[in-house]
Amino acid sequence: MAEETTPREDPQEMDEIVEETAAGPRPNDPILAGLAEGFPSVVFTSFNPLVGPRQDTATVSRGELISFVGAVKNAGFETFIDVCSVDHLNRDPRYDVVINLLSMKHTQRLIIKVGVPGDDSTVPSISQIYAGANFYEREVWDLMGIAFDGHPDLTRIVLPDEWVGHPLRKDYSVGSVPVQFKGSHKSS
Amino acid sequence: MTDTPHNVEGDAQAPTIEPPTGSTDGSLDAAGRRRAHDIWVAGTEPRDWIAHATDEGAQEMLPRDIDPALRIQSGIAVDDDYVDEPTIIDDERQILNMGPQHPATHGVLRLHLELDGETILRIKPIIGYLHTGMEKTAETLTYMQGGTNVTRMDYLSPLTNELCYSLAVEQLLGVEIPPRAQAIRILMTELNRIASHLIWVATFGMDIGALSMMIYGFRDREAILAFFEKVTGLRMNHNYIRPGGVAADLPEGWEEDVDGIFDVVGAGLDDYQDLLNGNPIFLDRTRGVGVLTPAEAQAYGVTGPVARASGVNFDLRKAFPYSGIEQYEFDVPLGKHGDTLDRYLVRMEEMRQSIRIVEQVLETMPPGDYRTDDRKVTPPPRKRIDESMEALIHHFKLFTEGFKAPAGEVYQAVESPRGELGMYLVSKGGSKPWRLHVRTPSFATVQALPVMMTDQIVPDVIATLASLDPVLGDVDR
Repeated sequence: MAEETTPREDPQEMDEIVEETAAGPRPNDPILAGLAEGFPSVVFTSFNPLVGPRQDTATVSRGELISFVGAVKNAGFETFIDVCSVDHLNRDPRYDVVINLLSMKHTQRLIIKVGVPGDDSTVPSISQIYAGANFYEREVWDLMGIAFDGHPDLTRIVLPDEWVGHPLRKDYSVGSVPVQFKGSHKSS
Repeated sequence: MTDTPHNVEGDAQAPTIEPPTGSTDGSLDAAGRRRAHDIWVAGTEPRDWIAHATDEGAQEMLPRDIDPALRIQSGIAVDDDYVDEPTIIDDERQILNMGPQHPATHGVLRLHLELDGETILRIKPIIGYLHTGMEKTAETLTYMQGGTNVTRMDYLSPLTNELCYSLAVEQLLGVEIPPRAQAIRILMTELNRIASHLIWVATFGMDIGALSMMIYGFRDREAILAFFEKVTGLRMNHNYIRPGGVAADLPEGWEEDVDGIFDVVGAGLDDYQDLLNGNPIFLDRTRGVGVLTPAEAQAYGVTGPVARASGVNFDLRKAFPYSGIEQYEFDVPLGKHGDTLDRYLVRMEEMRQSIRIVEQVLETMPPGDYRTDDRKVTPPPRKRIDESMEALIHHFKLFTEGFKAPAGEVYQAVESPRGELGMYLVSKGGSKPWRLHVRTPSFATVQALPVMMTDQIVPDVIATLASLDPVLGDVDR
């Protein structure tokens, strides 16, 4: 894989590559171009890492999410891979929900990002479109506290039900355990 | 609430008790019951009226005559409402709780089964008993330290976790890995795949009654673990594959060791197929059990051997090759029926294919360095530290604050023995990840359990679950 891409000397260049292609989908990719036609407000970015395949990202607004994900599924992305979230803390919108889909037919991935504001952290659930999103959305709710509208069973999944708070948020401290044997050791 | 602190050590006073008013047979009148409620539930009365002095201070005890269990035990009251006729419904439905300590759940998976007789109407997997917050931990470790964290997730294939993490970090950094390091990575992860599948066939055999299979599987895996110990120093949780390469070069005589593994595992695989493939009990318990269709596998995100047994032709080593695996020849075995038997056959064939890859690595192992010579990522050799000030500074910086990765986001996936293991790494330019999300294959597989098991019978739960090979460290993280 390494010989196919141009080697880069300076890792800082990575940002520029993202910027260059941020204007729209790569023209040599017919699937993404077709999607971009139907959804003009969706921003497509593309990133060519030194090793590994190209990474395509689509940034969608919350209102358009369900219709866009439905269109993506019809465009051939039949496999559900992942839903996760990132807390950017001081950014507006504060959270990103990141949906990762795969087309086995075209050997292509697509990452869909939805910005979620901190004071209204809800997103429409895609579990009606991809059944596999069920557990992943529960995990995001459990650990990041982002609620999914229309989810059939939005409960905590890895933490106990009575847990207070959402640990993966950046303002949730990791805490500490009190030291048991703090006093000075009696020397004989 | 109360003026007299009753938990002061050595200062517990003999309580002056004014017992609740009531009749002498132990039952309370309305006033007494209200007072007891005030005391024990609402806490509005001084609570030391029945405190007992112990070494650790005053201990509270329940008054005897308001504890319903004690009243029944002492014969004051009779509990005759244990048979409540109207609540018995005339069907066979019942809820069965399986796990989290059930030996056939391969860890701490818990299943709620709703049964009609022996048929499963509904099933609900409950997870989280092994959750240790590794994604949060990863945010507090530098990129160099992160390997020790991720290697503990899927504890049966630690090297695959390390490979995925290292590849993600290297993508962010944009460093190139020398060919020898790439070949060593493939060698180790494919051996790890064999070791993981061997322990799977061992526990799978044990779960459906082929107990000798367990001993054989563990015995053969030992040959691989001994090799891992020689190379990495540890049998599990190696932290051997690191961002920038691997921790150390292969030891002297590693070719003979790998040859020895071929002898053990290759001969063993033939034996096990003789042992199991013709066994009518084994076939009865696996054929047509726990069927997953290709469309269901894709919708639920099930990948790896389980999806391939359903006929989904997708292997990340072919589709998105990594670490130079595209230069080796191997086939991807596919099943037709998506049942437990096909999952067994696919994994047995995958082990043979992994042996094929390792054989090719053995023949074509390139010479050269086992890690990148980028001094911002790799610590300098010990010798250079004495000679060069720069080397000393690099060494010091690497081990105190670690190297910094440029801001960006990458998703890197590798084919773990259980399916697609992906890591989504977000960097904001510091020496620690801003966010590391791990997409584990077992999590998706456990989620698809209800699809496979509904309308089956209880013994098939064991066979199906065993055929999926979930690792609960991988599910809960």
